[in-house]
Amino acid sequence: MTKNLNVPLKKEEYAELRAGDYVYLTGTIYTARDAAHKRMQECLDKGEALPFNIENQIIYYMGPSPARDGKVIGSAGPTTAGRMDRYTPKLLDLGLKGMIGKGKRTREVYDAIIRNKAVYFAAVGGAGALLSKSIVKSKVVAYDDLGTEAIRKLEVENFPVIVVADAEGNSLY
Amino acid sequence: MREVNVSLISDAVAEMCIEVNHVLSEDMSRAMKRACEKETSELGKKILGQLDENLKIAKEEMIPICQDTGMAVIFMEIGQDVHFCGGRLEDAINEGVRKGYTEGFLRKSVVDDPVIRNNTKDNTPAVIHYSIVDGENVKITISPKGFGSENMSKLYMLKPADGIEGIKNAILSAVKDAGPNACPPMVLGVGIGGTFEKCALMAKHALTRENGVHSDIPYVKELEEEMLEKINELGIGPAGLGGSVTALGVNIETYPTHIAGMPVAVNICCHVNRHISRTI
Ligand code: SF4
Repeated sequence: MTKNLNVPLKKEEYAELRAGDYVYLTGTIYTARDAAHKRMQECLDKGEALPFNIENQIIYYMGPSPARDGKVIGSAGPTTAGRMDRYTPKLLDLGLKGMIGKGKRTREVYDAIIRNKAVYFAAVGGAGALLSKSIVKSKVVAYDDLGTEAIRKLEVENFPVIVVADAEGNSLY
Repeated sequence: MREVNVSLISDAVAEMCIEVNHVLSEDMSRAMKRACEKETSELGKKILGQLDENLKIAKEEMIPICQDTGMAVIFMEIGQDVHFCGGRLEDAINEGVRKGYTEGFLRKSVVDDPVIRNNTKDNTPAVIHYSIVDGENVKITISPKGFGSENMSKLYMLKPADGIEGIKNAILSAVKDAGPNACPPMVLGVGIGGTFEKCALMAKHALTRENGVHSDIPYVKELEEEMLEKINELGIGPAGLGGSVTALGVNIETYPTHIAGMPVAVNICCHVNRHISRTI
């Protein structure tokens, strides 16, 4: 089923998505990949607050190429989600509701998705130029020193993704 | 003897890094078009359509094809009658990478140490492989390698008794494990024989071969064709979401090996199989 959704969704709306749904997202999402996840975990270990409120939000596993002058962002496609698996269940338990990436996850992540009624979307890997056209704003909100791996707040318009794992335990892979 | 100033190498490397990350070579674009025609799943077709559109946008608007503009892998074939002047060759190559990745708005994806992990901020150093050949030319081949697919690559130290069936199983199991992580449709570079490192290097080099060109060795050509068919029967499909096109090519290189061994390396590359060559 094809759907147009405004993100972040309402809490209960994440649970209604089903594996196989083709979805266009409009609204706000955040980026974080390997190094940012490591730092967020260190924050939590020290009992500090995360650099943004993840509750009800969606994280896009992505590190863009630099923007040319006058452009919002460079190439901006998904990276392999599995490398974040060690950190993900904890973030889901803390209120994160969605992830956009590519590739398989561990059993622990799928269980955490079910437990928290969350969702895992895939964006098409290797389509970074095309996907960048759906990003209308980008702002670094944390870890600027990490360069491409900094946490960015993105405004997206009709950003195309496919639900690959849903709250009922269905998975497309 | 021919003198070649290393600044020529720097300039060429910089230009090639930029071009290869924005414009997919013709052989690969053709392979992508053929894939669109062959794919039977509706979702698969839609994804391949997006990838085709992505290539167009990348070229026209100078946005990298993929945000992972890779670690620069560079093959240098140096004629033995060449004398380099004007500085150290290796420094010149890295200077070219630095310039290309910085001025070309390419992503800096290299860390200075595998454990300490500070970004070098200019995508250097490159991984450089030198070979000495006849003549007085220098051939540079650049193939930036993304790590989504690199991470799914494998090396198997098979036994001679495993035979060709063992090789086939090794290739298929690497592809099955890679699945959606390697951004299918993929291209496979396979090395068979040699030693541990020779085998891996052949697999990497095989990825730079023009798509659609086969090995000159009859049984290897047959193996390439058979493996492509078998891989596509796995049904992994574009983006790993199911379909009839899982791979665009299987390129195999072989080398003599030891009586006791049969190494097989499978270097997996995504559909963004970037390669560019220039002779100076
Ligand atoms: S595997 Fe290839 S297409 Fe996929 S993200 Fe990496 S470089 Fe890009």
